[in-house]
Amino acid sequence: MTDRRREALTAYVFLLPNLVGFVVFTAGPVAASLYLAFTRWDLFRPARWVGLQNFVSLLGFSRSSDDSTSILGLWRVPYVANDPFFWQYLYNTAFLMLAIPFTLFGSLLLALALNRKLRGVVVYRTLYFLPSITAGVAVLVLWKWLYNTDLGLINSVLTQMGVARPPDWLGSSSWSKPALMLMGFVMGVGGASMILYLAALQGVPRELYEAAQLDGASGRQQFASITWPLIAPTTFFLGIMSVIGGFQGGFMQAYIMTAGGPAGSTMTLEYYIFNKAFVVFNMGYASAIAWVLFVIILVVSLATWKYGGRSVQYH
Amino acid sequence: MVVPFYWMIATSLREPGAAFATASIEWLPTKLYWSNYAEAVSRMAADGMSFWRLYGNSLLVAAAGTFGQVLTSSMAAYAFARLRFPGREGIFFGYLATMMIPGSVTLVPVFAVVRALGWVDTYYALVIPGVFSPWGTFLLRQFFMSLPRELEESARIDGASLTQIYLRVTLPLAKTALATLATFTFMGFWGSFMWPLIVTVTPELRTLPIGLTVFTQRYSTDYSLLMAASVMATVPVIVVFLFNQRYFIESIKLQGIKG
Repeated sequence: MTDRRREALTAYVFLLPNLVGFVVFTAGPVAASLYLAFTRWDLFRPARWVGLQNFVSLLGFSRSSDDSTSILGLWRVPYVANDPFFWQYLYNTAFLMLAIPFTLFGSLLLALALNRKLRGVVVYRTLYFLPSITAGVAVLVLWKWLYNTDLGLINSVLTQMGVARPPDWLGSSSWSKPALMLMGFVMGVGGASMILYLAALQGVPRELYEAAQLDGASGRQQFASITWPLIAPTTFFLGIMSVIGGFQGGFMQAYIMTAGGPAGSTMTLEYYIFNKAFVVFNMGYASAIAWVLFVIILVVSLATWKYGGRSVQYH
Repeated sequence: MVVPFYWMIATSLREPGAAFATASIEWLPTKLYWSNYAEAVSRMAADGMSFWRLYGNSLLVAAAGTFGQVLTSSMAAYAFARLRFPGREGIFFGYLATMMIPGSVTLVPVFAVVRALGWVDTYYALVIPGVFSPWGTFLLRQFFMSLPRELEESARIDGASLTQIYLRVTLPLAKTALATLATFTFMGFWGSFMWPLIVTVTPELRTLPIGLTVFTQRYSTDYSLLMAASVMATVPVIVVFLFNQRYFIESIKLQGIKG
């Protein structure tokens, strides 16, 4: 057997267990959901093929008698969206994702700071990791209380600092998203991303830094030319996962803390999908939304890949 | 950052039912109600769910699932990262792409598969589907790709087979990434709520997060008991983290290249 052939065979053997499970439990259901997007299914009666109807209802625009939709607040057009909620929730979802770069960067800073054999560094790492393991229903309920307009901790502190009328965080449609973003940042910094960055930082050979130091490079230069490029694969991974997670996220927060309100200001696409699938029992429409979301994520991820691919160096 | 966690513990020790009655924030509870912990357990039993049984279930599922995920993912990742075979990029892209589908809509098809296999209301349903999540493979592939090839190449020259290289060279170098994957996979299984809710019916098979909802349903959320149960539920995750934590300290020894 040729070397190439043997290598390919070994590869398939290594790949097989995971691949089989993947096809059965991941790829298969995904394909099924694509089929469902073209049907109307309420989970009880058999699915009925409806072609592109779901997509038209979701993305389409119909003629209306008056100028009811404005584009970017500048032009009014005599069309109205078939599903205005979709666009609003898409905006919400994208808006909430703005916190992601900050969270990632904060995690990187934390990882850099904790990447040392200090005495007690274990304690610090655990401390910073704690928020992510306490994530869950209990913590969200807690934050809901923290944000309470009259009795919550945050507003109490603000009042004591002299703020006359602290915001009605979860009750105001302008403040609800920033509230969730702030919570996301505080709870998200130092969790998974920090750990992964720590792992990546461990993999950077110390000799490189020593050589750079000998050449007289400053700390910042060392970061820019050694650290950043070598941890690029991790940044790429975290970036893609954040994009995927961000577009699909926001469900638990909205469900537990705001029920999507007020006025739909915290409703994300994932919540919308859940609603359509398990509350209204319109599985076909939910699948259609999911697949539109998939295309969006795919496009954004490919853009990230194209951009990130250039700076990712495998040695 | 630490405040919410401290808050959890502080609340768990307060007088049951009085947690949020007062307007001022009580940083240090005046009286510590350690009995809350026992009370939380018995409250759950009164609702037909054994706290310890659920605890054990969650442990079993998380441990088995983590083991399966790390094992199969690392093998697949090695193939994607280091071995050449037809269809490699295409299949990997498939892995990536499936992660972009929101989970809610694959929920029903996966349930259909599980039901067809006869696994509803069994431990298999709780463990197996989660084992094959593609993100572990993605993570490890990236990591494997960033390892220097020299060690593997010198092993090759020494006549090692690909499998031996995998076991003796790649895996030890990747301890950090493996530990990371294990930690997060464990956390994922541990906190999983919706899926166990869907695939299990008998109370003896259910997992801890489902048990915690007992406190938020009928009695208008008893925060003290909820926090007590939550604190107890957090322990294994902290243990797993601390255990894997030491791998983050070890730096990858590259002296091997010269030696």
